[in-house]
Amino acid sequence: MAKLDSKIPNGPISEKWTSHKGKINLVSPANKRLIDVIVVGTGLAGASASATLAELGYNVKTFCFQDSPRRAHSIAAQGGINAAKNYQGDGDSTYRLFYDTIKGGDYRSREANVHRLAEVSTNIIDQCVAQGVPFARDYGGLLDNRSFGGVLVSRTFYAKGQTGQQLLLGAYSAMNRQIGRGKIKMYNRHEMMDIVVIEGKARGIITRNLVNGKIERHGAHAVVIASGGYGNVFFLSTNAMGSNVSAGWKIHKKGAYFANPCFTQIHPTCIPVSGDHQSKLTLMSESLRNDGRIWVPKNLKDVNLIREGKLKPTQIDEKDRDYYLERRYPAFGNLVPRDVASRAAKERCDAGFGVNKTGEAVYLDFASAITRYGEEQVHVKGLDSSDKNLVKKLGKEVVKAKYGNLFQMYEKIVDQNPYETPMMIYPAVHYTMGGIWVDYNLMTTIPGCYAIGEANFSDHGANRLGASALMQGLADGYFVLPYTIGDYLSDDIRTGPIDIQHPEFEKAEKEVIAQIDAFLNNSGKNSVDFYHKKLGKIMWDKCGMSRNEKGLKKAIKEIQDLREDFYKNINVPGNANEFNEQLAKAGRVADFLELGELFAKDALERTESCGGHFREESQTPEGEALRDDKKFTFVSAWEFKGAPSKAKLHKEDLKYEEIEVKTRSYK
Amino acid sequence: MNLTLKVWRQANSESKGKMETYQIADVSPDMSFLEMMDVLNEQLMTQGIDPIAFDHDCREGICGMCSMFINGEAHGPDRLVTTCQLHMRKFNNGDTITIEPFRAKAFPVIKDLTVDRSAFDRVQQAGGFVSVNTSGNTQDANAIPIDKHDADKAFDAATCIGCGACVATCKNASAMLFVSAKVSQYSLLPQGKVEATERVMNMVKQMDEEGFGNCTNTGACEVECPKGISLENIARMNREYLYASLKG
Repeated sequence: MAKLDSKIPNGPISEKWTSHKGKINLVSPANKRLIDVIVVGTGLAGASASATLAELGYNVKTFCFQDSPRRAHSIAAQGGINAAKNYQGDGDSTYRLFYDTIKGGDYRSREANVHRLAEVSTNIIDQCVAQGVPFARDYGGLLDNRSFGGVLVSRTFYAKGQTGQQLLLGAYSAMNRQIGRGKIKMYNRHEMMDIVVIEGKARGIITRNLVNGKIERHGAHAVVIASGGYGNVFFLSTNAMGSNVSAGWKIHKKGAYFANPCFTQIHPTCIPVSGDHQSKLTLMSESLRNDGRIWVPKNLKDVNLIREGKLKPTQIDEKDRDYYLERRYPAFGNLVPRDVASRAAKERCDAGFGVNKTGEAVYLDFASAITRYGEEQVHVKGLDSSDKNLVKKLGKEVVKAKYGNLFQMYEKIVDQNPYETPMMIYPAVHYTMGGIWVDYNLMTTIPGCYAIGEANFSDHGANRLGASALMQGLADGYFVLPYTIGDYLSDDIRTGPIDIQHPEFEKAEKEVIAQIDAFLNNSGKNSVDFYHKKLGKIMWDKCGMSRNEKGLKKAIKEIQDLREDFYKNINVPGNANEFNEQLAKAGRVADFLELGELFAKDALERTESCGGHFREESQTPEGEALRDDKKFTFVSAWEFKGAPSKAKLHKEDLKYEEIEVKTRSYK
Repeated sequence: MNLTLKVWRQANSESKGKMETYQIADVSPDMSFLEMMDVLNEQLMTQGIDPIAFDHDCREGICGMCSMFINGEAHGPDRLVTTCQLHMRKFNNGDTITIEPFRAKAFPVIKDLTVDRSAFDRVQQAGGFVSVNTSGNTQDANAIPIDKHDADKAFDAATCIGCGACVATCKNASAMLFVSAKVSQYSLLPQGKVEATERVMNMVKQMDEEGFGNCTNTGACEVECPKGISLENIARMNREYLYASLKG
């Protein structure tokens, strides 16, 4: 295939998007009615794209595997969404958001895409407020902001700890309006099984109705993949149980390059694993680091007493605590970016300072925030500031108003009251910066097939800053794709409806059915979860927070062996024509077993450390990630060649014209 | 701990269902209820029994997909949680636990504990939105200040996760709490007020067509709601509906 063409428009960075929009081809309103677009996934990206495409006049068919589009996992995003509104007057600007995002991504994202993201960020907030999204407000009735990791301004808009829910329900409502008007045809409980490519163009998909098992063909002039990330390749992650890579992996196997698969975000503040039964991990929002202070005991003696249950964290004196983020990174303190905070937690736990039974937990403490807010409140209300109980009570009320639902969630899961004792947290897999390679128009290397939101790779480089995922999902769906897709579809106005009797549909459908039959006819003895858990363990141990050559080579071999065993010994009960969760899961895990290998291969190839990708061989004397800009300032885009081991690497060189590439420092 | 589980088994929407009894041993109190179900399903599969189908996705109490009726209560005995956040420490060794699907005429069973709640989507499609295009060409987000109390109340109503516990709990299988939460969210905000009349009429009409029952103000829905959606919303919707009806 030809050289990767990112199609970045010419001109100064701040004018690229405007001039590009002004020059690309459009489809007339009358012709839009003749064009069908398929959207797979209904998270922020998929729902907002579906709504906008339908509103523009296209015929949209949207698919989700859940029972309703409102369930998509964007719903679980907690902390907030960034926008360069500068409502706080603290010096924010489009440029600064652009700069922070590039730096946060450790100089491995595409400048032009990130600048566009920063530009449209303000529109998102305007749009959402107009849709009735109830963001947090102050007593003057204006929108409130908070701060997130890796930045020095307050640009994050939020709705308590449920920002993702409120934004997704906003996009869902916009979709509902179009479903009601008949412009979107919604297919709940449908899974995309494959893409159909005819004469080099994406022309439809094959789906399985998860209720009755029916295999269906759907034709369209363009296919948009908005199926989210692949964090569940680790089995345990903060993703939803059903989150999967299959839509992305299927298009990869049909020609879409997969970019930077090893760029994974390990989020520093999640509830630690409690046992082997664990099915998923729960995030505690990064917003908590606005007020929570992270620490472990300074002395190993205290650590041991805590593990034995003989000492409580609240009994440890200030002088015996190690607020290690404040110690190591005085400028950003507890609000360093996620990759940095995660590695710092691992470093302390590896050194033996972990505070739970497994030794894999650190404290996130709100005591000083409660006191600080309490003192402010007694001052505002003119009450007795020497009354410690009153200060604490009022302080707790403030903290509850800010993070109430998160504290409740923590208490339900861990059975401890975080207002009284520090939370215990540990890093967990949360987000994947890597994904399907797309050009500036968000088109993959299959003409007519697009990837948006977490499913693509373009905006977050090697590490995503907090509150940027919601921004990217909605930017892609509301404001970018609906424009850029027209440029491609303008050639399709005479095509007419796609013929789903075409041999390519026939062929794709046959392959799908063959895989289902193979699973059901196999008489193995191991369940799907058995394999998924094994894969997850390989990934976490060898491709997790820190990676090295030996481990990665071993991981590749182990995944290959596991995959072979999977096809020999998998047991999938039931039949094809019913609601069969095990069957659906088997197909997803089969794809994870291939992706996992490519992931490890990509991590092996990139011998530098950058962002969330930490190669032990490449670190500074202080243990910080050490980039190798000379060799690795590029996007790894992998082409499928029959098996993950044969994948061919293409490089998209990253050019930094606006921003000087520097060592990322948060000290 | 060791438990006896009585679980509703139903092959599909057409077939007749019945309760089946299963034993499960060595349940950890730190497991979530759904993790206990995962263990049970692994056990059933080794015995050659079809695993129990149940809806679930985020497992952190926000997507609204999990939906079991446990010991006669939607989402089980704990308050302000969904089934996925209910933990086994709420049960005792030797307990018998009865697990059924959410039952309502408007929520037909798909299989075992999985029900079809698409009626909720259709009610939202009838009017659960602000009719604003998504072009981004709206006024500045801070152009209209909104009273913090109203904004907070709108937010509280908007936290509904659409799980259907209110319907499953109500003896009339009424969806008033669910519908009123959406009606309230928008009627409390200036952006939503513009089409408040049409919205409440259309949503209530669709709610009735879906076969949900009437509200008799027992308040059971509020008690079982995992997100603590207040009955106040039903009162607000009734006012909105009356006003809309008089306005014609």
